Amino acid sequence: MKRRAFLSGLGGAIALPVLPRAARAATQIEPHVRAITGGAQVRKGRVKLELPQLADNGNSVSMKVSVESPMTAADHVKSIHLFSDRNPVTRMASFHLGPRTGKAEVSSRVRLAGSQRVTAVAQLSDGSFWSDAADVVVTLSACVDES
Amino acid sequence: MTARIQVPRETKLGELVEIRIVIQHPMETGYRHDDVGHPIKRNVINALSCRYNGEEIFRADLSSGIAANPYLQFYTVARESGELEFSWIDDEGKEGLERQAVVVKS
Repeated sequence: MKRRAFLSGLGGAIALPVLPRAARAATQIEPHVRAITGGAQVRKGRVKLELPQLADNGNSVSMKVSVESPMTAADHVKSIHLFSDRNPVTRMASFHLGPRTGKAEVSSRVRLAGSQRVTAVAQLSDGSFWSDAADVVVTLSACVDES
Repeated sequence: MTARIQVPRETKLGELVEIRIVIQHPMETGYRHDDVGHPIKRNVINALSCRYNGEEIFRADLSSGIAANPYLQFYTVARESGELEFSWIDDEGKEGLERQAVVVKS
């Protein structure tokens, strides 16, 4: 029993330093997401955010975001927002779409200041919000302070 | 500010049209310093819009989180032959405007 208690205590000590980082990351984007959703529930799914797992250069990382939607006048994606949990500017971009867009898919190249989690939030015409996130390991960060 | 726009040479009515645009722009973040240590002012293209025969089909709000020489790929449904009009503006107030013809065969 003593050994078990010791081991679980050890596990806790190791797990502890990891927790605050994830928590901090979530709190950084939270107010920005809230500004878009107005506090409405954001569900996981329907959105697909594609980023490389490993990016050599954070100055230019290809990104593709798509949403499952028929894109009709009655049911379409109104907007897609991209959030970074480590960049100095949290809301990276917002794309506004409509039924005439035909397909809810946007590709671009983003800047990432270090390894992080990027979150995409989509607003549908029925008022619901959906999201997806992708973790990216960045070898060379986009220069934030000095060039 | 020059831009390169790619759309298919011709499309069929009702088909998806893939639109690609690259604009030559430094997308200066505002966090960098020049050789003598003075901060370089932020200057990014903050808004871009695309109109299809006058009706807006796509709009983007951008920030320093978008790479230099911003690239965007999006879609529209071919409705009638006409013109795609792209307009954008940066933090210094410089505006860009490009037009691209769309040929729709029925």
